[in-house]
Amino acid sequence: MKQQIIVSGIGGQGVLFLTRVIAQAAVNRGLPVLTSETHGMAQRGGTVLSTIKVGNFASPLIRAGQADLGLLLWEENLSVHRALLKPEGRLYLNAASAGPGDRIDASAIARDLGNAVLANLVLLGLAVRQQALFCSVEECETAIRQLAPRKFVRQNLEAFHQGLNRNQ
Amino acid sequence: MKQQIELLMGNEAIGRGLIEAGCQIAAAYPGTPSTEILQAVIDHREQAAEPLHIEWSVNEKIAFEVALAASYTGKRSVAVMKQVGLNVAADPFMRTAYLGVKGGMLTIVADDPGPHSSQNEQDTRLFCLQARVPVLDPASPAEAKELVPQAFELSEKYEMNLVLRPTTRICHSRQNVERQKPLKLERGANFEKDPTRWAATPAFLPPLHRRLNANLEKIAREPGLQPRLTKGDGSRPRVALVASGIAYAHLVDLLDELNLNGRVDLFQVLMPYPLNPEFSARLRRDYSRVLVLEETYPVIELQLAHPGTVGKQGGAVPREGELTPDIIHRVLAEFLDLPAPPELPAQKRGQRPSLCPGCPHRAAFYSIRQCFPKGIFPSDIGCYTLGLNLGAVDTVHCMGACISQGVGFYQSYAQDGEFPTIVVTIGDSTFFHAGIPALINAVIQQARIIVVILDNATTAMTGGQPVPHLGLAADGRKTRAVAIEPLVRASGVDFLEICDPYDKPRLEQLLRQADSYIRSDRGGVAVLISRHGCIMDPAVRKAQPSWQVSIKESCVGCRRCVDAFECPALSMDSEQNIARVNPDRCIGCGTCIPVCPVDAIIREGEE
Repeated sequence: MKQQIIVSGIGGQGVLFLTRVIAQAAVNRGLPVLTSETHGMAQRGGTVLSTIKVGNFASPLIRAGQADLGLLLWEENLSVHRALLKPEGRLYLNAASAGPGDRIDASAIARDLGNAVLANLVLLGLAVRQQALFCSVEECETAIRQLAPRKFVRQNLEAFHQGLNRNQ
Repeated sequence: MKQQIELLMGNEAIGRGLIEAGCQIAAAYPGTPSTEILQAVIDHREQAAEPLHIEWSVNEKIAFEVALAASYTGKRSVAVMKQVGLNVAADPFMRTAYLGVKGGMLTIVADDPGPHSSQNEQDTRLFCLQARVPVLDPASPAEAKELVPQAFELSEKYEMNLVLRPTTRICHSRQNVERQKPLKLERGANFEKDPTRWAATPAFLPPLHRRLNANLEKIAREPGLQPRLTKGDGSRPRVALVASGIAYAHLVDLLDELNLNGRVDLFQVLMPYPLNPEFSARLRRDYSRVLVLEETYPVIELQLAHPGTVGKQGGAVPREGELTPDIIHRVLAEFLDLPAPPELPAQKRGQRPSLCPGCPHRAAFYSIRQCFPKGIFPSDIGCYTLGLNLGAVDTVHCMGACISQGVGFYQSYAQDGEFPTIVVTIGDSTFFHAGIPALINAVIQQARIIVVILDNATTAMTGGQPVPHLGLAADGRKTRAVAIEPLVRASGVDFLEICDPYDKPRLEQLLRQADSYIRSDRGGVAVLISRHGCIMDPAVRKAQPSWQVSIKESCVGCRRCVDAFECPALSMDSEQNIARVNPDRCIGCGTCIPVCPVDAIIREGEE
């Protein structure tokens, strides 16, 4: 099993948390995993990119045209990070408008749940529903329970399920 | 004991490794990409087998010296910093090479090739070559952790300070890492006096220098740190790949994808300095062409002095920036005569970073710019560097430089007669780090400048480490607080005012008063403390009122709130030509309200 995943957004959107959930799901299954993350200055509202490599890899970075899957929380990043995807790579976006990839207005759903940051898990739900990720619904739920602060676990799971179950 | 695997960031893995290796004194100054190392030591401190002192020191030089003396007592210690922090700690670091240490001492210096979050991309390995200090270059978070106990053992064997140099891609990568039980070394503090060493005068330095050189010869041959060879199948004779750090990891994945793993001789260099001379001789003897991949400067390449080297000095490997997997692919294809990879699309930058919605610095910068449209604005290192976006930051150099640069600007203009208003902005943590000597200097040199201390009560850029005026130790315990005001007064500053930058009229009134003061007969340095907690702190958010801010139809589309005020919660609706509030990002601080020239930004419910 090998999978290369990118998670793209802007600082403050919960890109790091989403990255950790996916990586934790890999660890729980006993798979080797490497991620790379953006910290520091760029986190102040700037474009951030995480990469996740599940399986036998040595480097955490993904070359152009090698990612199997892209999760984009900020539509404008499409032009910046699309080149990382394989031509047949699958693409999931948080976007209100039409365009390439599978789209869901995750921010609107998250706002209804009371916190715009939850868009990250709504988007994860969509990708998991379409079986685009190496991990299952249950594995994601376990990872979310492990990583979310206790008082937000229920709300986080709710966001994930909204993405899982939303009609298209 | 059951093996425990956990997902750790490189910095967490290193921090965890320090606890497991029995480190008892850990000192650091925060700086990206190194910050989370000490944070991990703090988070795991309960698991330490013995007493553990942890401190966020006021700067890197102090952190180094604290750790150094701790090592003199026989205990294991560490100083942690980013690459430019080593410049600040350079003085004690250089002498330590000669005098050595007792208990194991590591200096962990995180480099930032790119750079992603630094003022340069200097290479600590080259610094170590100049300082004559052994340096280790891990290729993964797990390897970084494994090297910690090994480095402590060698530090004790040779009584030398060792450097562990992770780069951003190690620090901020996560990996499944194995946990070990923390060591219990049972060492009581025992400083053995030896003035010929610990206070060595010039007469004692030649033998110490000789000993250092002899130790370097020996450590270069340490079996555990020799370059690791993955042998090729002989299909590409007399060709070798040599790589260190994360570049090695990129190379391994690339060879795998290209089906070249095990086809060409590949060396991983774990200790780029000192390089074993026998390794260099072997490369010269057995290989005609050697590709060297390392970040950021040609440190291995310089020592190898191999006539068939393909690397940075000849320009085949880019001399600047990160060696990303895509760049390595190109270089490798050229070196091994493989099909060239497709041209990469031009790298786009995406959204630029900006101060957070509600950031008190934004309010301060806007007022400074409004009051002194022709001013000169030296600034410094921190979140507030982003005052650049508001045109209120003209220079950013290194920690604390803004005050001294302000003096340099003033003296140069003043000797010609007229001088512009020079407004220096410096964060609270930066002020403590290196601002105080510069402020004293500005006072005694009679510089007429305004210094605005942007006090948000935290080290915000690196994630909120405590600052001296909070009275909090690294582990959250209470300690004596050292306030900014008495330090400013004791530095000889007669004009000192404090203001919340959210109060725009008051701040602007004080800025104008300060300008009158510096231009008066008895004028000198004026200091304003712009005080409002960092908006990233949930307690600050909770304590301040939050309004639902909206924009009326009367907006004339002048863009002042979007461009000059530059709040990321505001953007232009280009079709309607009016500004819009993004409710997901607005925190309802209301600082944008007085910025609008036609009063179109309102608190909901107010007309």
